[in-house]
Amino acid sequence: MTMTGKKERLDRLAELVNRDDERGVSLWQEAFRRLRRNPAAIIGAVILTIFVLVALVGPFFVPYEPKDTIGIREGVVKSGQGIIPGASAEHWFGYDHQGRDVFSRMIVGARQTLLVGVVATLIGLAVGALIGGVAGAAAGLGGRWGRAVDNALMRVIDMMLALPSLLLAVSIAALLGASLSTVMIAVGMVSVPVFARLLRVSMIAQANSDYVLAATSLGVRKPKIALTHIVPNSLAPVIVQATLTLATAIIEAAALSFLGLGNPDTAQPEWGVMLADAQPYLGIRPALAIFPAVAIIITALGFTLLGEAMREALDPKLRK
Amino acid sequence: MALLEVDDLSVTFARRGQRTVHAVDGVSFSVDAGEVVGLVGESGCGKSVTSMAIMGLLPRQHGTRIGGKAVFDGTDLLGLDDRARRDIRGRDVAMIFQDPLSSLNPVIPIGLQVTEVLARHRGMRGDAARKEAAGLLDRVGIPDPDRRLKEYPHQLSGGMRQRALIAMAVACRPRLLIADEPTTALDVTIQAQILELLKELVHDSGTALVMITHDLGVVAGMCDSINVLYAGRVVETARRRPLFREPRHPYTAGLLGSVPRLDSGRGEPLNPIPGSVRDVLSWSEGCAFAPRCSRRVDACLDETPPLVRTHDGRSYRCVDPVPLPGAVPAQAGPADQSGAPSPEPNEEKTRD
Repeated sequence: MTMTGKKERLDRLAELVNRDDERGVSLWQEAFRRLRRNPAAIIGAVILTIFVLVALVGPFFVPYEPKDTIGIREGVVKSGQGIIPGASAEHWFGYDHQGRDVFSRMIVGARQTLLVGVVATLIGLAVGALIGGVAGAAAGLGGRWGRAVDNALMRVIDMMLALPSLLLAVSIAALLGASLSTVMIAVGMVSVPVFARLLRVSMIAQANSDYVLAATSLGVRKPKIALTHIVPNSLAPVIVQATLTLATAIIEAAALSFLGLGNPDTAQPEWGVMLADAQPYLGIRPALAIFPAVAIIITALGFTLLGEAMREALDPKLRK
Repeated sequence: MALLEVDDLSVTFARRGQRTVHAVDGVSFSVDAGEVVGLVGESGCGKSVTSMAIMGLLPRQHGTRIGGKAVFDGTDLLGLDDRARRDIRGRDVAMIFQDPLSSLNPVIPIGLQVTEVLARHRGMRGDAARKEAAGLLDRVGIPDPDRRLKEYPHQLSGGMRQRALIAMAVACRPRLLIADEPTTALDVTIQAQILELLKELVHDSGTALVMITHDLGVVAGMCDSINVLYAGRVVETARRRPLFREPRHPYTAGLLGSVPRLDSGRGEPLNPIPGSVRDVLSWSEGCAFAPRCSRRVDACLDETPPLVRTHDGRSYRCVDPVPLPGAVPAQAGPADQSGAPSPEPNEEKTRD
């Protein structure tokens, strides 16, 4: 074999190696690939995509103005006498007790429901990750002082955990006064302890890992180790928890609305409010409660399916 | 004065309700610039704890006590505060670990982990750091370094991961490198390449290397001088050739004897050292190796055997050392075993 022949062969080999599409694949990309093969993840993603699409563009295509008490104007709805017509060709889901088109309200309500769920989760995630991150870094790297900081923070979290979540949300909502942002804050605060504990435990586990030791042996400073090594490796369970929290956040927001601590603009459609409004008319027209309830359940299911699938995809122990 | 002078290093772990463990019990050795010194012994003999103590990497917990000195270039590493220690780590003293996969952060690219060290100790940022990192990967024999910098640890082969770790360790041209079983997790061919690389680095830069291993093959190929550890103490120190040719301590002899040889006959049984590292006495009761020793005499259990230094710079901790080949065996029969055998004339005893 001549030198040039050998070189050609080497070049061809290099080409083959370069064509390999596994180049620069991070753990997250790999997890995403596994996610795409999981039917539960696909179902969850489809549900959520529909939900998000409806929330984003649905309000532009609704057949009726959601706040318009059209049924009362036309004299079809007399809720005082127990007359609330059900589904018809014009009004697919019928009228509600104020004569408004339920189908339009469901579509428009998706947006606010999504908004409450996402913002509440983000609030919980941000505050929880901050507390948990500080506690985890302090406990994992901080020595004796760190343990004291960790202890103090965790006792606060324990106090929050000691209150039943709905009671905590109700207290916060009652304290701040009913408004949309109150709902988001109250629901978000309820999930703070979960995020904080999760990130902290995950970080403490990572603090004992070999790569942290290796980085320490190279003189890397502790804050840098915490931020570039420990936190990125501890995020997976927190992100999964966030998807699961989205589902419970929607349900909790609905519960707050149901208890009258939701958005004071009650005409603004939201699934939880609709569920609450339907309560007095359950005997006459149970469909009024069933539509928003089923919508909430399906959405929560979508988030849960996706969250569970993400947990599996990110779990190194389940990796093949 | 040697570059690193470890003097009477001891590490004890105390736990309430449990016996205090003397993981390292008065270890002394020295390393010169450009020299490769081996710390050899089986699992649990204190090799890794010794290196962790020198690096200051032992978790500071209640009950962990570190004594003695580890003088590096005039400063006692054990007496430094946290800040000074972090400044020295990675810049003057660096360490290579056993398991290259778990020692690399799985979620960030290799490049980031190499440049991190450069940023920390050499203040390099951005393009300059990237270029230097690529140069380092190239130096440790990783092909196509620019591409590898963007890759994640799981995309590299085991050998390449260890090379990347070595690149990180030598990034700031440390004067002392501690390699804690750097080849244990690798297969034999890669092992040879990594050892070759380490030898090259030591040769080129004059870095001192402390090689921690249980693999006598590695020792034979790499080390200039060797310290054999048992139960937290150095039991024998010698240059490479004399140690392999004529081990004096029965433990060293046992280690060498238990290695299978190419020229040993088929079906010939291996000669393991009986017992396990758990069958030790505490050094205060006598020789810790005595329960497993084939040359045990009564004197072994009287007191801690003193360190015997011989004229040729060797030392061993044994009251009845393996005789040099050619020398007349000191004791002839069982009648002789009551008294301690007299040391050879040109050996002086030192008590430590």
